[in-house]
Amino acid sequence: MMKITRNRILTLITLVVFAGFLAYSQATFNPYILRIMNLCAIFTIFAVTFNLVYGYTGQFSLGHAGFAAVGAYTAALLTMTPVQKELNFFLEPIVPVLANVQWPFLPAMLLGGVLAAVVGFLIGWPALRLRGDYLAIATLGFGEIIRVLFVNMQRVTNGSLGLKGIPEYTNVYWSWGLALVTIFVTKRLVDSSYGRALKAIRDDEVAAEALGVKLSYHKILAFTLSSFFVGIAGALLANLISTIDPKVFLFFLTYQVVGITVMGGMSSLTGSTVSACLYTVFLEALRPVESPFSIGPLRVPGVPGMRMVIFSALLLLVILFYRRGLFGQAEFSWDWFFEKTSALRARLGRTGKTAPAPSIESEEEERP
Amino acid sequence: MSLLRLDGVTKCFGGLTAVNNFSTELAPGELCALIGPNGSGKTTIFNLITGIYTPTAGRITFNGTDITGKRPDIIASLGVARTFQNIRLFNGLDVLGNVLVGHHLRLRSDPFSAILRAPNYAREEKEMRQEAMELLGALSLDHLAHEDATSLPYGQQRKLEIARALATRPRLLLLDEPAAGMNPGESEELMRFIPHILDAFDLTIFLIEHQMRVVMGICPRIIAIDHGETIAEGPPEAIQNNPRVIEAYLGVGEYA
Repeated sequence: MMKITRNRILTLITLVVFAGFLAYSQATFNPYILRIMNLCAIFTIFAVTFNLVYGYTGQFSLGHAGFAAVGAYTAALLTMTPVQKELNFFLEPIVPVLANVQWPFLPAMLLGGVLAAVVGFLIGWPALRLRGDYLAIATLGFGEIIRVLFVNMQRVTNGSLGLKGIPEYTNVYWSWGLALVTIFVTKRLVDSSYGRALKAIRDDEVAAEALGVKLSYHKILAFTLSSFFVGIAGALLANLISTIDPKVFLFFLTYQVVGITVMGGMSSLTGSTVSACLYTVFLEALRPVESPFSIGPLRVPGVPGMRMVIFSALLLLVILFYRRGLFGQAEFSWDWFFEKTSALRARLGRTGKTAPAPSIESEEEERP
Repeated sequence: MSLLRLDGVTKCFGGLTAVNNFSTELAPGELCALIGPNGSGKTTIFNLITGIYTPTAGRITFNGTDITGKRPDIIASLGVARTFQNIRLFNGLDVLGNVLVGHHLRLRSDPFSAILRAPNYAREEKEMRQEAMELLGALSLDHLAHEDATSLPYGQQRKLEIARALATRPRLLLLDEPAAGMNPGESEELMRFIPHILDAFDLTIFLIEHQMRVVMGICPRIIAIDHGETIAEGPPEAIQNNPRVIEAYLGVGEYA
């Protein structure tokens, strides 16, 4: 009981410190850094939701890009000003229903999530009867169908011209706030009786069903909840980068999410979070390798896409040396934290050094 | 009235008839064994009862309800539980977690109250955990509650699979080769354990077993099948001396 109270207090303190950090960064950091922080949060949501479907439920679904597109376009069309819409739709006019609506960010984003969830439900219902590779191919196909629809629905989505001038509402409060909500909801779900049913389905469908677990109900539950948050993340993305077109939601986006989640560790939300942040930061840090540079006398011309080559190599290394990802199935918890630090202190104490101040990673999820 | 009734159940896989016109009845409280050589269709019969396969022909009735072709989870919720020939525990869950999955089908709270840990969910979860611990205690597995399910010794894993099946509160328990791979000591314990749970949990047990010592020792009634057809039925002594059973197991004697 003491421990639970202590952990609750520590979680609360961490959250307050983290909120303070967000407030400080929003006020002082330059837009470039802020954008990276926002992207970290958005990719955290993507990775956590993918983990819910693959890591916890064992369903290999590759529809993330499609659901993100639904959320992004919904939020974009609902938040843009009528004037901007008129400027955007110069080939063909926008459908009259959307021409004059302008919603605040929150309801637009929520509707984006709800529509993504509806699409997720409609796709998941038939597709989740499939298993393994077949499910992956089916959801990949559906994701592409959504994108192709968006290319061709000229009067709704402006086709391949995309949408420009989406209001930049996304800030670190929105993005990290919603990332924390996503982590919290996912954690609560996977730790509940429903979560045990999901894990049972992942480990052995036949045994789970023989114990009375309704397979399609639980798979669709995980899939729809995941789609909802993917839609939210899509909305955050649209209102962050302010310009979207169907190319943003190519399969490459899903590929990145899969890579991040595998690198972090299946069934570890801590892993997904850390990995999403590492990935986003690394990708920015590696930007120089794509412009011309020289190593001593050797001139290297800029190669676009070089970052992804390096990232792929890193991913390979992680898989070689940490077969189950950086975190495996482990999660951050205060008990684990104190165990580790006291072990560290004991070891340092023996060698006569002083223990370093423990650093707390603030993006960690809360523990009940 | 019989608890389980199979009427002319047939299952064909393409040209192969795995189970042919199989009929039997199990009375409540009965402990009955199903024996037969490898590939004679025993596990197929279990898969037909639990809904993993749909019969090609015939009718299966459980407790007065027609369960022919129903989904496995529905049949489980009606009160049929089973274990598997090759142990199928959930390796991502601990011992307690495995048993709790068996409680899940009775959960009434919706997913949202579960996420919010609403009072109705919290109460159910607490009750569930209490019952699961009691069940583990009854099978003397409670000291292993937080171990990884697959780290248990073989005999304990078999027992855990039974515990998990019992958590669904079945009226009929199907045991598929519970003594497979057990050493003599472990199967000795199992021979005491099966009649014990039969009484303690008010069950009807239908079991497949290859170890004749176990079957003959505990089952008052035995059904022997070969090539998907019943070849003999009766008490252990009758089965032991039945020429068709001996033939099925050992082949026809040839004298030079």
